[in-house]
Amino acid sequence: MFNQIIYVRKGALSVERQAYLSKQQKRRRAINFCRAAVLVLVIALWEILANMGVIDSFIMSQPSRVVATLTNLHSNGLITHIGVTCFETLVGFTLGVLLGNLIALLLWWSDFLSKVADPYLVVLNALPKIALGPVIIIWVGAGMQAIIVMALAISLIVTVLEMLNGFLSTDKELVKMVRTFGASRRQTFVKIIFPSNLNTLFNSLKVNIGLSLVGVIAGEFLVSKAGLGYLIVYGGQVFQMDLVMTSVIILAVVAALLYWGVTLAERLVLNAVKHTKHKQEVVR
Amino acid sequence: MREILQLNNVSLIYQAENGEVPALENISFQAYEGEQIAIVGPSGCGKSTLLSVIAGLDPPTYGKICVGGEDISGVSDKIGYMLQKDNLLDWRSIHSNVLLGLEIRGMLTKENISYVDSLLENYGLMEFKDKYPFQLSGGMRQRAALIRTLATKPELLLLDEAFSALDYQTRLAVTEDVFGILKKENKTALMVTHDIPESISMSDRVIVLSCRPGRVRNIHSIEFPTVTGLPMPPLKRRNDPAFGKYFNLIWKELDVHV
Repeated sequence: MFNQIIYVRKGALSVERQAYLSKQQKRRRAINFCRAAVLVLVIALWEILANMGVIDSFIMSQPSRVVATLTNLHSNGLITHIGVTCFETLVGFTLGVLLGNLIALLLWWSDFLSKVADPYLVVLNALPKIALGPVIIIWVGAGMQAIIVMALAISLIVTVLEMLNGFLSTDKELVKMVRTFGASRRQTFVKIIFPSNLNTLFNSLKVNIGLSLVGVIAGEFLVSKAGLGYLIVYGGQVFQMDLVMTSVIILAVVAALLYWGVTLAERLVLNAVKHTKHKQEVVR
Repeated sequence: MREILQLNNVSLIYQAENGEVPALENISFQAYEGEQIAIVGPSGCGKSTLLSVIAGLDPPTYGKICVGGEDISGVSDKIGYMLQKDNLLDWRSIHSNVLLGLEIRGMLTKENISYVDSLLENYGLMEFKDKYPFQLSGGMRQRAALIRTLATKPELLLLDEAFSALDYQTRLAVTEDVFGILKKENKTALMVTHDIPESISMSDRVIVLSCRPGRVRNIHSIEFPTVTGLPMPPLKRRNDPAFGKYFNLIWKELDVHV
């Protein structure tokens, strides 16, 4: 077992290995190049076609106008709008994760409760949460709180279902092993169930960060005075497609960064606590 | 010799959705201190169920179980249970893995920890105590699992097909290893196996169970000459002339039809 790892040393690479590695590297470079090329091509085509008048830049906007809008927005509190959306998303996300895990824990704890809750969870999961928008606004008031509740509503049930499923499908043998030591329900959860489900947790975080953003934008469409969702709706209402397009592009970047943040946290946490063969190989 | 385990007419009837299944019927036997008993039986005869019942995980429908003179109801700290898989937690170091039982029972005292350390030392795992399970071979992992079970100083050890997840060569080596440890620590053990040679090579008595519902069909005393005053170890037993005799006896009783 140790030997396999030791064989992968630098400096002692065979010719075949070197050939294999350089082939792999070439392939990786080609993929990266093509990815960048697609982006450049789309932007260039968009700009050129708009300049030639093939597409109407009033309806479709165009990259140069997006850049102009961006600089203009920057002096008009763009950072604030991004900040508001990010803040709402992170609060909704955190609440969703905490509350979702708490509910999943309760349902794992009591099989009876879980059976009772089952049909409700199924229906709530299938229900388009956006439909609750007006209700939420009336209940919690039109403002940031409504947006956060919307984000929570969208991400909560999915978290509960995914975490509960993970908890319940934890290796039965591990659970039996701690039971033979007389472990309580709490000990079983803390020592076996939760640590076994770190992967489930991070998978649910990755899904949730996206869903929270969906909830926030939907909420901002309904009630808001700031945020990227507000900019998009406002741009649409005053027929400012440049503003809409710019906001959508910023939103894409924000979404990617938030997702990347979760992936980074996942890597840091798993690297710190996981001790498996796979990780060892990755590290080397 | 002190009686460690006593079963009195233990029966178990499973209540399943589509009817009731009699799993065990009127099982009675005793185990004495330092004795190793193997339970063999046709597959599905309730061997593992019997261990779960003794471990207090499934209450028996009828009958009584005494361990160390006390009636069992629920999981008892006098019993150590070893499962087929080593079930080491891969996010814990070996040291922290073998302490798990003590930790759960709230018995992490200085003496207990130093007892575990002495077990690690005696059985060659001390230098691996800060390693993680994936860095150990199958045999070493099984040994770590045994130490985790021994750590709580159980009076009775239950081994549920504890070696059947290992490949054949490792399995022979591990049974030799575990046999040595059990004899040295003078532990009473009840082991379930479907492997007749393993049961003969590792135990002082073999209990043969019948088809479902499991009943005690026969109890064989396994006697081998001692080697320099010590019980004959498993690998030597396999070469002893008496081995084949026991094998045939048990094989006939199992009454296997293909």
